[in-house]
Amino acid sequence: MPLSPEGLMSLAEAVLEGNRLALSRLLTHIENDTDDGRAALEMLFSQTGRAHLIGVTGAPGTGKSSLVNQLASIYRKPQDSEPPRRVGVVAVDPSSPFTGGAILGDRVRMRDLAGDPGVFIRSMASRGSLGGLASTTSSMVLALDAAGYEVILIETVGAGQAEVDIARLAHTTIVVEAPGLGDEIQAIKAGILEIADILVVNKADRPGVENTERALRNMLQLSHPVQRVFHHHGRMLPAAKSGIPEEEPSIWLTPVLRAVSTEGIGINEVKSEIARHFNYLHESGDWQRRERDRLEAELNDLLQSALLSRWRDSITSERYRRVVSSLVERQINPWRALDMLMNGDQR
Amino acid sequence: MVERKIRVLIAKPGLDGHDRGAKVVARSLRDAGMEVIYTGLRQTPEMIADAALQEDVDAVGLSILSGAHMALVPRVLELLESNQQQHVRVFVGGIIPDEDVPRLRDLGVVGVYGPGTLTDQIISDVRQAVSGAAVA
Repeated sequence: MPLSPEGLMSLAEAVLEGNRLALSRLLTHIENDTDDGRAALEMLFSQTGRAHLIGVTGAPGTGKSSLVNQLASIYRKPQDSEPPRRVGVVAVDPSSPFTGGAILGDRVRMRDLAGDPGVFIRSMASRGSLGGLASTTSSMVLALDAAGYEVILIETVGAGQAEVDIARLAHTTIVVEAPGLGDEIQAIKAGILEIADILVVNKADRPGVENTERALRNMLQLSHPVQRVFHHHGRMLPAAKSGIPEEEPSIWLTPVLRAVSTEGIGINEVKSEIARHFNYLHESGDWQRRERDRLEAELNDLLQSALLSRWRDSITSERYRRVVSSLVERQINPWRALDMLMNGDQR
Repeated sequence: MVERKIRVLIAKPGLDGHDRGAKVVARSLRDAGMEVIYTGLRQTPEMIADAALQEDVDAVGLSILSGAHMALVPRVLELLESNQQQHVRVFVGGIIPDEDVPRLRDLGVVGVYGPGTLTDQIISDVRQAVSGAAVA
């Protein structure tokens, strides 16, 4: 049953006041793409844009959930003098393509966070999306942002090579690797490694960690624009090992860090690199650029689905079926079919 | 608007470390098209209620083999209610003596499942219990 205007207002208000049940209900509305969810988001949108969105992606079993658990813990109990931050977590696991069901198991690794009112963890199923997130993940993140969570960790499904949607949503993308998952050819393929702002070699107490780290560093040296300049004169200059030259503040060199998430080793370093990336984004103007790109892309998605449904309304399903069967019988070609459907062409 | 998925939390409160049954039920509910949040071993009632709140689940399944069900189940129900989640349906699986089954039912537990229960039974019970619950 749709909520009354007062009900909607109070749902949005309760979310802003920090009511966890209201937030949880809103997240369900958003996930199910209800009119109430959308109306509440419209009220909340002006309160968003404050959180630092951190994506955590990587192959299945590299330890994404454990890293998220540790990062959230350290934001809650910082080892330095910084104040604790409120942390939201959105963890996506895959839906079965056959039944639509899902096992959402990321909470198993996040038990350290239980009972802390400054943490809100929500599991979600990918529900058929292929990019590593669900189609409603970005709207769920908006709701957590409006509810005052300052750091939002977004964990993707176990991702391989093409699941790069997270780079569009997050301000800072962490790609988690583990020793023994692939050779150097994997490291120079396009895709997930290219979107990393921070690379973490997790399970660094396992054998082979040096090889993994070396392969990743080599890949980064090849991809970095500064290195191309160094190679330009046909002479190899020593490549910058770490850090950036003082006079080049506009270039971000992806750091490669070791961690053992289950033991909490290396987590502080990941956190300080996240802070350094945050500062870099603001100093370089990249923060505004990324926000602009993301909002524009999301608006484009909305436009596409709105135009599609408007077009669907404009055409009878009977006519649509007729064109499709002509196509299947190869009486017409796909481009001709497009003409017929788009322009009402009867020929 | 998309079809509303049934969301179920499967949890193991207490100290016994045997979770095969919980996993079988989780997997069966998944295969029935539900979204199952699995939280793992050794959960306190507080952790379970907190997870149920954040995940806005329709049902909670508790797997208990330790014999502590008459302490753990009422506590979970009490916490759900104090979180204003009295609409969440609770079912229990594990080793539950026959004489305790009516007592659990009286508390509001919608199903009690011992060894040998067909998973189809659990699936249809959960579906029915959830569809009967008031969905705000």
